[in-house]
Amino acid sequence: MRKTYNGLVASDDVTCRFRKGKVTVILGGSGSGKSTLMRQVVGLEKPDSGTVHFGDRELTSLSRAELYEYRKKMGMLFQASALFNSLDVFENIAFPLREHTKLADQVIRTMVKMKLELVGLRGVEGLMPSQLSGGMLKRIGLARAIIMDPEVVFYDEPTSGLDPISAGVIDKLIVDLNEILGVTSVVVSHDIESSFKIADWIMILFFGKKIAEGTPEEIQSSEDPRVQQFIKGSPEGPIPFTRTDKDFYEDILIP
Amino acid sequence: MNALALLAVPGRRVIDGVRVLGRSGIFLSASIFYGFVPPFKLRSLPQQIDFIGTRSISIVVVTGAFTGMVLSLQGYYTLSKFGATGMLGSAVALSIIRELGPVLAALMVTGRAGSAITAEIGIMKITEQINALEMMAVNPLKHIVTPKIFAGLISLPLLTTIFDLVGIGGGYLIGVKLLGVNEGAYFGEMVRSVEFVDIYGGFVKSLVNGLIITWVCSFIGYTAVATTEGVARATTNAVVTTSVLILIMDYILTSFLL
Ligand SMILES: Nc1ncnc2c1ncn2[C@@H]1O[C@H](COP(=O)(O)OP(=O)(O)O)[C@@H](O)[C@H]1O
Ligand SMILES: [Mg+2]
Repeated sequence: MRKTYNGLVASDDVTCRFRKGKVTVILGGSGSGKSTLMRQVVGLEKPDSGTVHFGDRELTSLSRAELYEYRKKMGMLFQASALFNSLDVFENIAFPLREHTKLADQVIRTMVKMKLELVGLRGVEGLMPSQLSGGMLKRIGLARAIIMDPEVVFYDEPTSGLDPISAGVIDKLIVDLNEILGVTSVVVSHDIESSFKIADWIMILFFGKKIAEGTPEEIQSSEDPRVQQFIKGSPEGPIPFTRTDKDFYEDILIP
Repeated sequence: MNALALLAVPGRRVIDGVRVLGRSGIFLSASIFYGFVPPFKLRSLPQQIDFIGTRSISIVVVTGAFTGMVLSLQGYYTLSKFGATGMLGSAVALSIIRELGPVLAALMVTGRAGSAITAEIGIMKITEQINALEMMAVNPLKHIVTPKIFAGLISLPLLTTIFDLVGIGGGYLIGVKLLGVNEGAYFGEMVRSVEFVDIYGGFVKSLVNGLIITWVCSFIGYTAVATTEGVARATTNAVVTTSVLILIMDYILTSFLL
């Protein structure tokens, strides 16, 4: 897949494969094009060139109505949780059910309670999103993402900005959902430690390019200096700190 | 070469302008079209009518009353020069029903609800709520914009009617009760001079204004740059653009309806 924004290459001919029933983590620094890649995979943005396959269908050429049928098999947890401010927790989680099913209120209530129990937040149904902490928002967002029992769940930086305990809770939920319900999971992250904990497969992005992929062990023992620099988080190494190729002295001396 | 470079900037502007026009047109037609495609979002229509319409009533009543009162005051002063103060009722009613009612009610709603529409949609965009709708297989246009446009089409004619009635009442208060114009003349002249086309014209204007407010404010929010400053700028931009469009459309419609 390839995608550019005003000449900036955000996805540089990336090919990726998310295996059924596995947790795949897309790792990369800020601005390395992780979110862009994920938005193309789920069809929120069209790639400039390239295709997306889900089962035996190609998603980029589908009509809106057809794409929506596939979306019902996907859940997504957004970086900012993206809960609706105007609805309380219960209605937020029930939203997809109310839109797509004709289930009775009683059934909806039971299903919402089950998901809340799963994310460990039963009892907050009546609160508004503005009354919740960051970690709770993520968990409610996750409850909403899985209310339709999706086959694939996408997570955009599920643990960034959270305290270590909340982050650990989210990591555990991702693993549990994967192991208990067999949900295929795609996680975008820059949190190295948690990625190695939850991943079956890791892909590393660097300025829109895929520079490595493999099992956590393979990545750990990779000889690529860029990969080593990234997983150790050292400022010195082959990954430049600045984005431009221009030499610093040239840049300040020659206007 | 230089001459061409000079043309490049205005050329770019024109192309951008045409593009925005086209996109907003598609935006509007799609939003209206979804209003007729099941499943219907009947839940959010009353909410939007409440937000755009009901909560604008007080401001419309106040502005309507004072507009009627000042028209009466000014009209009495002018008409008394010709000894024609008996015409006061018809002067007040015609100005309000044909012009001031539709335009001022719409400008008040723009300031009150239009800016809020832009901000709400812009914030939904920044916080990825619009993407979340997409991911839940819910069409964001149909879910967010369609109810607003229909609420505007329903609310503005009603608000305009309230403005007209209160304005005529305010005119009555000043003209008849304060300045002593004959009550029979005030209403008699009014009934004789106001024709069906006047009321019809005011109604058409209020419908068009309801469309302009909800359409332009939604579109500008929907296409806002997804940052805090982007939404702030979009909100100001929406109020200014909508107000100017209301006045321009008012002129165009008047020239057609006359
Ligand atoms: N809508 C957009 N318009 C312009 N540039 C964008 C847009 N979205 C992302 N970018 C740019 O693409 C690059 C990758 O962004 P993103 O995918 O959000 O990175 P990440 O999620 O890895 O932090 C960044 O340099 C960003 O500035
Ligand atoms: Mg991102």
